[in-house]
Amino acid sequence: MRSPDLGFRLGIGVFAAALVAIVAGIGAVLANDSWLSLQRFGLNFWRTSNWDPVAGEFGALPFIWGTLYSSVLALLIATPVALGIAVFISELCPQWLRAPLIFLTELLAAIPSIVYGLWGIFVLVPVVRAVELTMPESLRALPLFSGPPFGVGMLAAALILAIMVVPFTSAVAREVLKTVPMTQREAAYALGATRFEAIRAAIFFARTGIIGAVMLGFGRALGETMAVTMVIGNNPQVALSLFAPQYTMAAVIANEFTEAANALYLSALIEIGLVLFIITLLVNILSRGLIWSMARQVPVRTAAA
Amino acid sequence: MLTACGGATQPVPANNGGAAGSGQALQINGAGATFPNPIYSKWFAEYNKLHPEIRINYQSIGSGGGIQQLTNQTVFFGATDGPMNDEQLKAAPGPILHLPTVLGAVVPVYNIPGLTDELKFTGPVLADIYLGKIKKWNDPALAKLNPGAKLPATDVTVVHRSDGSGTTYIFVDYLSKVSPEFKSQVGVNTSVKWPAGVGGKGNEGVSGLVTQTPGSIGYVELIYALQSKIAFGSVQNAAGEFVKASENAVTRAADSAAATMPPDFRVSITNAPGAGAYPISSFTWILLYEDPKDKASGKAMVDFMRWALTDGQKYCADLGYAPLPAAVIMLEQAALARIKVS
Repeated sequence: MRSPDLGFRLGIGVFAAALVAIVAGIGAVLANDSWLSLQRFGLNFWRTSNWDPVAGEFGALPFIWGTLYSSVLALLIATPVALGIAVFISELCPQWLRAPLIFLTELLAAIPSIVYGLWGIFVLVPVVRAVELTMPESLRALPLFSGPPFGVGMLAAALILAIMVVPFTSAVAREVLKTVPMTQREAAYALGATRFEAIRAAIFFARTGIIGAVMLGFGRALGETMAVTMVIGNNPQVALSLFAPQYTMAAVIANEFTEAANALYLSALIEIGLVLFIITLLVNILSRGLIWSMARQVPVRTAAA
Repeated sequence: MLTACGGATQPVPANNGGAAGSGQALQINGAGATFPNPIYSKWFAEYNKLHPEIRINYQSIGSGGGIQQLTNQTVFFGATDGPMNDEQLKAAPGPILHLPTVLGAVVPVYNIPGLTDELKFTGPVLADIYLGKIKKWNDPALAKLNPGAKLPATDVTVVHRSDGSGTTYIFVDYLSKVSPEFKSQVGVNTSVKWPAGVGGKGNEGVSGLVTQTPGSIGYVELIYALQSKIAFGSVQNAAGEFVKASENAVTRAADSAAATMPPDFRVSITNAPGAGAYPISSFTWILLYEDPKDKASGKAMVDFMRWALTDGQKYCADLGYAPLPAAVIMLEQAALARIKVS
């Protein structure tokens, strides 16, 4: 091998190795710094709900629940909207409208999360409270809508997360749809497909990339901190109700880290970081697996599906 | 002669041509509580005008962070809203002195549509509200305290701080003193396990939730309530009077504590005795090592503290802090002499 090639390979090899080292390093530091808490609570940390800094009792279940619940809800709300935007821009949008629309979705991504949070407190939360107040009693009896109408709570958090996730998911989905060869669409039309059927074929062709876009949004929702903590109500409880104030892992770290002066308390907060790290890793592995298994299927049923 | 020591302070070249002769400036780093940050920033800026060779750099990272960094000796001084406990003092490499600088207070804010009267609270009633035991605004306990007020039959929405803070520390310290049940069930810390309600981040988060939520009650710093013009209620003090928080009422609370001040100044002045004292008041402290390794910085800090306790106190009123009572300042002057600067 010629020496410039060798140097190049070594160079980029070092960068790639650095990435692995950084991820491993983060995991190692988190595990090391949360050792006190890991030893003291073990697996109970994942299973128990008592978070009492005064008594020195720490259980992360409400935070794990709140993080996953809010992110899944945000995903359910954001995915149809984001895909709709992506399909409209890439397939249906008139040329003159395309650039302004792309600009607007990118603008949403550029707004700092503290601004989303303030907007949430002063605009979104009163709207959510009004919705909660006008909800008929029969629905309020369901566990999904039970509890007093605070305004702040799971619903407000999921809505704000959904708004924050939409630009990411739609931008990636749009790029993916752009890579679908024109011949795919033309072939569909040639077979007598309607516009809807042709677009469906294009989406099917791009499905692995679209799932990647959705998972990117999920990853962002898992880690979002500031906007969520301002509207979720910050009450560590495992509740199904959309109206109940709850709490997330990222929020409790941001809220309590600066004032945690006791070693076990600090260690428990760092362990929350470790749990979030592990869950994010698992989500990424799962989505990789999903994409991999889908990519192996041969897309032969396009028109018939 | 100046020497750098421990990485906490370094002599930096003076870029101020006016300070002729000295040739070198001294930078002192500190970190800690956010509550006194506005007045500390003012003090350090004003002091720098008087003494251009001394620059004090303060990071308001929170009381817990300040204690941590002081213990690790990454900063020269710390600042805290709640005194260090014995365990924390033991963890430090040397004896640490608590020096009260100014006073703050916490006030109950509420939002009851249609209510024009100012509400009166007692400690036990506030404790029961925050324990979730008083659930309605027209609860007999509240009605008895406020005979004229038209209290609605609506739910009480309890709002507390979600972030760890000195404000929470002062508030729960007071509630724990007046309610044994609150003490055993919740306790005192910068973050606690709240039995009821929702959490807002920072004073602005709590006041945002309170102003947005009809039927809610929260607690914020007095300065914040004054600056953002939020209505707040009066609280019954240990002498039985209903006192509305003001700079004067807060200084009165500290005054009554001066007589029984422990030599290390680690004292809680919530529920202070004495006429006119506002019961949810507290000192905020600067933390210094009694025997600092860096003597030059130590001397500069002692000089600064003497200035802050005398001339510096006049900046309190503008920024909404309550000044220290004269009796406490005298005790502190004596304590400053204990710091070994040579």
